[in-house]
Amino acid sequence: MSRSLKKGPFVHSSLAKRIEDMNRKGDKRVIKSWSRASMIIPDMIGHTIAVYNGRKHVPVYVTEQMIGHRLGEFASTRYFKGHAGGDKTAKRG
Amino acid sequence: MARIAGVDLPRNKRTEIALTYIYGIGRTTASKICNKLAVPAERRIQDLTEDEVTKLREEVEKTGLQIEGDLRRVEGLNVKRLIEINCFRGQRHRRGLPTRGQRTKTNARTRRGRKRLTVAGKKIAPK
Repeated sequence: MSRSLKKGPFVHSSLAKRIEDMNRKGDKRVIKSWSRASMIIPDMIGHTIAVYNGRKHVPVYVTEQMIGHRLGEFASTRYFKGHAGGDKTAKRG
Repeated sequence: MARIAGVDLPRNKRTEIALTYIYGIGRTTASKICNKLAVPAERRIQDLTEDEVTKLREEVEKTGLQIEGDLRRVEGLNVKRLIEINCFRGQRHRRGLPTRGQRTKTNARTRRGRKRLTVAGKKIAPK
């Protein structure tokens, strides 16, 4: 089931507050956030949010196209560089 | 010969089914169209009158259905957007893996293509 429209998009309250504060003051600093489930709202455009991926904060520069997505979609929680010997099979094609 | 939206409809299939050969029309839309135009859904394409074919063509091409090239382009743009913003779904598209959380240990053959048997590189047992 999708979320009720009445509630509006979910943004963690502390994150929303910090964005609002920064917009009012007009400054742009990197905000660290653990709230991967927060939706990206138009207010966040142009800000850089450092989204936690379980290990470190990944800086995400928010653009207009990202609206409606969630912060976590831009900070992968997986670290996978390919299997050992993966090169060999790639060469064989 | 019934040619609708740049697609040749198979002549020996029921109208309801033949319409689904157009990209963007599935069973539901096809049967809705048949109902709306009062074209018998079970009649074969080759048995349709010229009039009925014209009616179908107008319905399909002029009622704002997104079909064929237009639909393919829109889909392509959507995928491109996902890839550009570098989100999770975009990364999955880039790698040609399923985007909606399906398992990839097995299955996922539609996205990953036909099976490649990877016995290559396996150590040969000493005699």
